Amino acid sequence: MGMLNNRMNLFVIIVGLLLFLLPFIYESRTLLILLTQIFIFAIFAMSYDLLLGYTGIVSFGHAMFFGIGAYSTGIILHRMESTIFTVLLSLLVGILLSLVISILVGFLTLRLKSHFFAMLTLAFASLFLVVAEKWRTLTYGNDGFTFPLPEFLRDRTYFYLVSLTFMIAIYFLLKRFTESPFGKVLVAIRENERRVESLGFHPLYYKVIASVVAGTTASISGSLYVLSLRFVNTSVFTMEMTLDALLMTIIGGVGTLIGPIIGSGLIEFAHHLLTDLASISPIFERWIIFFGILYILTVIFFPLGIVGTIRNRISGKGKKEKYAKKTVAG
Amino acid sequence: MEPILETKNLTVQFGSHIAVNNVNFMVYEKQFKSIIGPNGAGKTTLFNLLGGQLKATSGKIYFRKEDITSLSSVKRTRKGIGRSFQMTNVFPNLTVFENVRLAVQSRMNIRYPFFKHFSHYTEVNEKTYEILELVLLKEKQSVLAKQLSHGEQRKLEIAMLLALDTEVLLLDEPTAGMSMEEVPAILSVIQNVKKEGNRTIVLIEHKMDLIMNLSDAVTVLFNGQFLADGTPEEIMENETVQNAYLGGLYNGSPS
Ligand SMILES: Nc1ncnc2c1ncn2[C@@H]1O[C@H](COP(=O)(O)OP(=O)(O)OP(=O)(O)O)[C@@H](O)[C@H]1O
Ligand SMILES: [Mg+2]
Repeated sequence: MGMLNNRMNLFVIIVGLLLFLLPFIYESRTLLILLTQIFIFAIFAMSYDLLLGYTGIVSFGHAMFFGIGAYSTGIILHRMESTIFTVLLSLLVGILLSLVISILVGFLTLRLKSHFFAMLTLAFASLFLVVAEKWRTLTYGNDGFTFPLPEFLRDRTYFYLVSLTFMIAIYFLLKRFTESPFGKVLVAIRENERRVESLGFHPLYYKVIASVVAGTTASISGSLYVLSLRFVNTSVFTMEMTLDALLMTIIGGVGTLIGPIIGSGLIEFAHHLLTDLASISPIFERWIIFFGILYILTVIFFPLGIVGTIRNRISGKGKKEKYAKKTVAG
Repeated sequence: MEPILETKNLTVQFGSHIAVNNVNFMVYEKQFKSIIGPNGAGKTTLFNLLGGQLKATSGKIYFRKEDITSLSSVKRTRKGIGRSFQMTNVFPNLTVFENVRLAVQSRMNIRYPFFKHFSHYTEVNEKTYEILELVLLKEKQSVLAKQLSHGEQRKLEIAMLLALDTEVLLLDEPTAGMSMEEVPAILSVIQNVKKEGNRTIVLIEHKMDLIMNLSDAVTVLFNGQFLADGTPEEIMENETVQNAYLGGLYNGSPS
């Protein structure tokens, strides 16, 4: 396990370095923009996996926090001068709002059985969507609004590097988090919540803290997302955002952090490809259908996702021996 | 002497079925007490009430004279009432080591640290290893719990309870489902805990002969009701027990 872990870290660092060098080696604006999107959604998907894969919480309202970050950044940059300082301020405001709201919503909803919880999260996210639609003086409703960026973020290369840095930093922070004693209890809650209680841990607190970490992380990705678009509208609060994160996590591999990153890469890339193909045949515009099919196939054939399946293959040797023993014994 | 754990008129009802009916049960500090009774007598249900997995319909539970009837299972565990489960109740997709480590972690009060890597808690790992060795599971430490045989899962249950290191140990049929060769080893683990002399142990068992020389006292439950309580010898000679329990066991339904 330790060996595998070290190799994994090395792998991540090497790929990270290559990605850092990429804009200086290969100049393609489209590719940079695409990769930037991938990094941003990877952050969002990792935050979702903290709930889904690690703690076993199914939330349909995770877009709520993405949207809070998005609008915090949008509104602040729209109303105030566009400087590095205001960008950082807007990130911080998003994080703080998400912190408060995730604690409140968490204590209200996380006591419930999982399906009631899922429904309630959906309701909360819809509430935010409605507010964003109706509070026109602040949000300009459905149409949304554009806002200026400070000088240096307007450069696509810089923004690419900033997003990459965020993704890698968050990856390592969340890795520490999930491999701490705290993270181990989260996984135990996923496995058997009642048993965790009998061991003397209080699952509710763990679930609330997990949703706080997931919520604030999602908020950061929402902020970065609108920074990349220089525009924000109500789509950031929609169910589709949550479904994207769900899809990325499941395809990449639940219960891992690399999985959501790979999932984000695949989905965003496929998205891009299908948009291009749409000029050939309009059927490709219905990309959601393709993703739906992909989702179903993954759940049926690779329930562990890409990373989980590969990991199983790697540790497969030991397993075969065990099966052999079992057949002998049985 | 004061009882460490005591119930007063404890009752729980499922629909019209009263699974535990006005039971007054008590165990003294550092006593080894067994609970016997035929299938469906309410033994496990009584444990669920003691451990806080189930809420009583009426009646009270006291731990060191403190009323704990409405405390959650989390609080009861932290107060010192630990239990194992008859129906194996572990973390299926975690390794044997991780299962036990969680219990050790709880007992050492390592609850919320969120940044230091778990493997740096050497004391936790050592203790975990020690316990796995004790219950003969150390070869299986990196196997997923769900891949264990039934008997091995039973050992894992015991390991998790021992790892919690609580003052009161509630053991629900610890040896059920184990292979005959393994039973003595596990019994000797329990015997050793008893010999250390600083624990109160309550053990549910079907097979009377198994516990007769281990127990300081035996309680008999029958149809949810308290039937008798006494030393093993007294219980053996008790006529009501003979008629109800033993008669029921040997003449009635096979277990
Ligand atoms: N949650 C529940 N809901 C409904 N009935 C229950 C529940 N739990 C237990 N019972 C019933 O209560 C009775 C006592 O069950 P319990 O499991 O306590 O018996 P037991 O003495 O442990 O038996 P065994 O020796 O077979 O383990 C049974 O008739 C059982 O069906
Ligand atoms: Mg039972």
